[in-house]
Amino acid sequence: MKTTQRALFASLLVLSLAASAASLLKTDPAKTSVSAVFKQMNVPVEATFKKFTIAIDYNPQTPGTATAKVEIDTASLDLGDAEMNREVAKKEWFNASQYPKATFVSSSIKPAAGGKLTVTGKLTIKGKTAEVTFPLSVKHDAGKQIFEGALPIKRLAFNIGEGEWKDTSMVADDVTIKFRVTAAP
Amino acid sequence: MPRYTTTAILLHWLSALLIVCAFTLGWIMTDIPGLTPTKLKYYSWHKWLGVTVFAVACVRALWRLTHTPPPLPAGTPGWQKKVSDGVHLLLYVLVFAVPVSGYLYTLAAGVPVVYLGLFQLPAIIAPNPALKPLLKDVHYVLTMGMAGLVALHVLAALKHQLIDRDGLLERMLP
Repeated sequence: MKTTQRALFASLLVLSLAASAASLLKTDPAKTSVSAVFKQMNVPVEATFKKFTIAIDYNPQTPGTATAKVEIDTASLDLGDAEMNREVAKKEWFNASQYPKATFVSSSIKPAAGGKLTVTGKLTIKGKTAEVTFPLSVKHDAGKQIFEGALPIKRLAFNIGEGEWKDTSMVADDVTIKFRVTAAP
Repeated sequence: MPRYTTTAILLHWLSALLIVCAFTLGWIMTDIPGLTPTKLKYYSWHKWLGVTVFAVACVRALWRLTHTPPPLPAGTPGWQKKVSDGVHLLLYVLVFAVPVSGYLYTLAAGVPVVYLGLFQLPAIIAPNPALKPLLKDVHYVLTMGMAGLVALHVLAALKHQLIDRDGLLERMLP
């Protein structure tokens, strides 16, 4: 009896593991982008993060059980100029040597109107964590899932830009993190 | 001696002032190491000045196309007339080419110009990392070429004023 129960439990465990492994998507880095959009003296600037790891566990049949974990290398922000890139990795901005990663871990993903999802989770940048909620759109294209969204944040809430850089007339407080993730099972 | 019109005099000195400011600011800002708010401010101001130089240049070109400038004093040697015409023509070209090259350079770098922080000007080219260093060099070379010609222009005016004492400069003085 005991062995049967154990065998049953074990097979269930294997099955569930297989099921969860099957819905963990593989991200296509060439078709995935994460960028920060902000205004500098009213000039719109878009800078892209070149290095990140994104783990999305998503099954179109049960979107409510999806989870997402994102890790971004803060030193990989590309502003289109090598000197500027070195500057934003410094202490006043990302302090990349002490806080090399910015992370997002979802706590709930709920289906919303229009086939969208509402994602809630913890965003950690430069050692500061905040709970954020943002809409996420999902498109299916040739067996791939394309997740797209924008998350508005306030840079000063994460201490991005210290000292004289706190001046929001130079660099606006509002920053939008834009992303487009292409992933396949 | 016939003088330039008041409009021409005003436009000349206005662009001279704007060009000197833009040039000086360009010189200072590119020498600031790292990234500071001052540096970013100067870059923006430099771009606003450049756009203004371009706008004034458009008005000046219109004036020049509809007016004949007062002639050089009789007895000016032929080669001096030729050099004078050549330098003036090149200055007219550069007063457009320098701001345009700077504008294209900042667009190639992915940073559009928001004039006076108020109006975003059209991005006539897309960000282009490959073109960026080339346009930077073009902007620099044209600027230095213009600086050389401006020096020649000023020296020639001073020569007329101090050596020839022919009062040529009076034509352009307010």
